[in-house]
Amino acid sequence: MSTSHDASAEIQARVVDAIERRASLAFVGGGTKQFLGRETPGEPLALGDHRGVIDYHPEELVLTARAGTPLSELETLLAGHGQMFAFEPPHFGAAATLGGTIAANLSGPRRAYAGAARDFVLGTRIVNGRGEILRFGGEVMKNVAGYDVSRLVTGAMGTLGVILDVSLKVLPRPRETITLAQSLAPRAAVEKLCRWAAAPLPISASCIEDGQLYVRLSGTASALAKARTIIGGDVLENADTFWLEVREQRRPFFDGDVPLWRLSVPPAATLDLPGDQLIEWGGALRWLKSDAPAEAIRAAAAEQHGHAMLFRSPARADSPYHPLPEPLMQLHKRIKAAMDPHGIFNRGRMYAEF
Amino acid sequence: MTETGAPTTSKPALVAALRRFLPDDAILHATEDLRPYECDGLSAYRQTPMIVALPRTIEQVQQILRVCHERGVPVVARGAGTGLSGGALPVGDGLLLSLARFMSILDLDPVNRTMRVQPGVRNLAISEAAAPYGLYYAPDPSSQIACTIGGNVAENAGGVHCLKYGLTVHNILKLKMVTMDGELLTFGADALDGPGFDLLALATGSEGMLGVIVEVTVKLVPKPETARVVLAAFADLEQAGAAVGAVIAAGIVPAGLEMMDNPAIRAAEAFVHSGYPLDAAAILLCELDGTAETVADGIDRVSAIMAQCGASASRVSRDEAERARFWAGRKMAFPAMGRISPDYYCTDGTIPRKHLPRVLRRIQELGREHGLAVANVFHAGDGNLHPMILYDASRPGELDRVEKLGGEILKLCVGVGGTITGEHGVGVEKINQMCDQFSSAEITQFHAIKAAFDPKGLLNPGKAVPLLKRCAEYGGLHVHGGELPFPELERF
Repeated sequence: MSTSHDASAEIQARVVDAIERRASLAFVGGGTKQFLGRETPGEPLALGDHRGVIDYHPEELVLTARAGTPLSELETLLAGHGQMFAFEPPHFGAAATLGGTIAANLSGPRRAYAGAARDFVLGTRIVNGRGEILRFGGEVMKNVAGYDVSRLVTGAMGTLGVILDVSLKVLPRPRETITLAQSLAPRAAVEKLCRWAAAPLPISASCIEDGQLYVRLSGTASALAKARTIIGGDVLENADTFWLEVREQRRPFFDGDVPLWRLSVPPAATLDLPGDQLIEWGGALRWLKSDAPAEAIRAAAAEQHGHAMLFRSPARADSPYHPLPEPLMQLHKRIKAAMDPHGIFNRGRMYAEF
Repeated sequence: MTETGAPTTSKPALVAALRRFLPDDAILHATEDLRPYECDGLSAYRQTPMIVALPRTIEQVQQILRVCHERGVPVVARGAGTGLSGGALPVGDGLLLSLARFMSILDLDPVNRTMRVQPGVRNLAISEAAAPYGLYYAPDPSSQIACTIGGNVAENAGGVHCLKYGLTVHNILKLKMVTMDGELLTFGADALDGPGFDLLALATGSEGMLGVIVEVTVKLVPKPETARVVLAAFADLEQAGAAVGAVIAAGIVPAGLEMMDNPAIRAAEAFVHSGYPLDAAAILLCELDGTAETVADGIDRVSAIMAQCGASASRVSRDEAERARFWAGRKMAFPAMGRISPDYYCTDGTIPRKHLPRVLRRIQELGREHGLAVANVFHAGDGNLHPMILYDASRPGELDRVEKLGGEILKLCVGVGGTITGEHGVGVEKINQMCDQFSSAEITQFHAIKAAFDPKGLLNPGKAVPLLKRCAEYGGLHVHGGELPFPELERF
C-alpha cells in the first residue's frame, strides 16, 4: 500500500491561484485516460499525490478514499475482505486512479447487471471553480438532501470540479463464477441475451466476439448449475483472463489503427454499419471499429435512441462525444458556469463549447 | 410572497391568460375547488394556491410555464400528493400544476425491458402492467399503491428493497422535463447511459426545483423466482444492530432487511397480528430472493447468523401467505401508530449502520427529555431510520415540541456522519436542518445550480434548499461527522 497523503489544501491553493490568474487547469491523475475526450489546453494540475483510504468498514459496504489512490490498491484491499467494485472499472493502465475512474464514469463487463460507476457513488468532496471545498452526498446508502452533485461530477471529465474524495458503495464478491462459451451469430446472440435478461438468471457479464457468445454466471453453486442448463455452451478455461482482456480492451479485436467507436444503445438494437463489432452489456454496448463517417455512425445510434462516442482514434478527434441538441448544450453551459464560473477546469475536454 | 419578488399579474388576468389554451375544466380558481390541494402527505403544513392547473398535454405544460415565467408567477408541481416532506405544498400567490391527468402508459418494451410512462402513472401500476412479462419496477415506496412515478423521480423514492435493487435514480433511463421557460428537454437515453452531464441523476431527487417531469422511461427487471423471509427476535437492541452488520459482513445482500423496536412491534401486532413476539426489544425481518436453491442456502446462513448474534427466536416463512403475514406488521406500522396515538410525526434520517445502537439509545433519551414517546421502524440494511414521534396535536404547544425533537434527531444523524433525509426529501419540513448538514458555500452552490435551470427562482420557491439568511436565523452550522473538515476556512 502506498503512503497516504491529504493534499486537499495544496490542490485548493492551486485552484485559488489559477482563479486569480484566470489560468486554465488540466487535471492529471494517473494519466491513463488522457486519450479520452478532447485535448484541454490548461496547466497540468497533478492529483496523484492526494491518496489513501479515508474510511472502510466492510460491514457498512462503503469505502471512502482520496481521488489519487491507485485503483488497483483499492481493489486489492476490497478483495482481502471478499468485496469488490461491482461496476468492474477498466483501468487502461497500471497507474489508474479512483478519481479518474469516477470523472470518466468508466464501467466494465458487469455494468449491465450491477450498475455503472455513477450508480455506486454515494458522496464526493470537490473543489469548485470558486476555490471552495464542498461535500455532497455522504457515506450512507440513501441520501436525498440537496441536489445530487456527486453524480453530476461523475462522468463530467473534470469539467465541473476537482474530485478530492469519493465514497462508493461496494458489494460482496460472488461465491462462484463460471463462463460459458458457444458459437452463435451476433444477431441471434443478442436475441438470446435479451431473452435471458428478462428471466431471473445470475448473469454477470456477456460478450459477443467473432461469432462466439460468452456468458459469465456469478452466484451460489446450485444457482449456477441450474442456469448452466438454460444458457448452454462449454465452460471457458482461464475465464478471468478473458474478462480482464475484454475490460482492458486487450482482445485482438481492439488491435489496429481503425477508429474505435463506443455505441450505447438499447440492448436489442440492430445496427447495420460497416466495420467489426464487439458487443457487451447484453447488447447495450457496441464497440465498433469502422472508417465510416462520424455522421453515419451517430445517425445510426440516434435512430435507435442511443448515442455514439469516438473512443479511440489515431488522430485526436475534435468532437468525440455525441453532439447535444442546442437547448441541452445551453443548459450544459449554464451548469458549467454554476460550478466553474471562470471556466478554468479541463476546458473543452468534453465539448468545445465549455 | 415569493422569495423573488411579487408576481406582476392578478388572479383574473392569469386565469384569462390560461383560458386562451386550456379548457375550463383544466383551471380551478374557486376557493372550494382549491381546498383539496392545500397540502400533501405532510398535512401539518397547509396553504391554498391561487390557481390549480390540470393540463393533459406536454404542450399545455409548456404554455402554462411560459405564461407563469413571463408574469413571475411561482409554480409548484404536484403528483398524487403523497409526499411526506411538504414538497408539493402550494404557494399562496402561485399556480399549482397538477400532473394527475398524465396517466397513460405510452410504451412497454418487454425485449429491452423498459416502460415509457407519463408522470401521473402510479408506481404499482407500472409493475402490474409489466407482470405478464415476468418483469416489474423495483423501487417500492410504502405508498406505491397511490404515489406516482413523477413524484418518485422528484423525490428519488426508495422503499424496502433499496439495498439490493437501488433507488429511483438506479431504475430510470430517461426523463422529459420542461424547464420554467417552457423548454422541453430530454435527459438520459433508451440506452444504459446518455451523452453529456448526468442530468438524469441531477433531476432525480431535485424536488420539483429544476423543472417539471412530463415523461419517464423506467427500467424493468425480472421478478425473482422466489422470496423468503427470516423473522428474528432479540432481547436487546444492540444485538439486533450487530446481527444486521453480521449478515452483510457474511457477503449476503438481502432483498430487504428491516428492524422494528418494541413500541413499534406492539403497535403493529395489535393492529395486524403478524405473530411478532411482544416481549422482544427488537425484531429483524430479513428477506432473501433469487433462485429457490440460492434462497434456501441463504436462509440457512441467515438463520445461523441470527442465532450466533443472540436471537431469542427465529422463524422462516414457509409459503407466500406466511411471508406476506410477516411483512404485514412492518408495512402497516404507520397506520398502526395512528391507532395508539392521535397523531404521529415520522422523520427520515439515515446513518452509517455501525452507529445504530448508539443512535437508537439517544433517540429514546431525547424522547424522554421532551416528554414524547418515539417508536422506531427502519430500513436497517441501509441505515434509513423512520422514528415516529407520537403526540396529540390538540394539546397546545405539543406540535412545537415534536418539531423540536424531530430536528434534534436529524441533527444527531448528521453528527454521526449521516443525512437528514434518506428518501422523503427536504421539502419545507427539513429546510432548517439543511443548514445543519451543509455549509454556506455548499448551499450557495445548490442555489447556483438551481439558477442554471430556473434563473427567476419561480419553481417550488422556499423548498429543498434554504436561503442563507434563513440558516443565519435558524442558527445552524453544519458539522460533518463531528468535525469541521477545514477549520481554518471561513464556513459561514
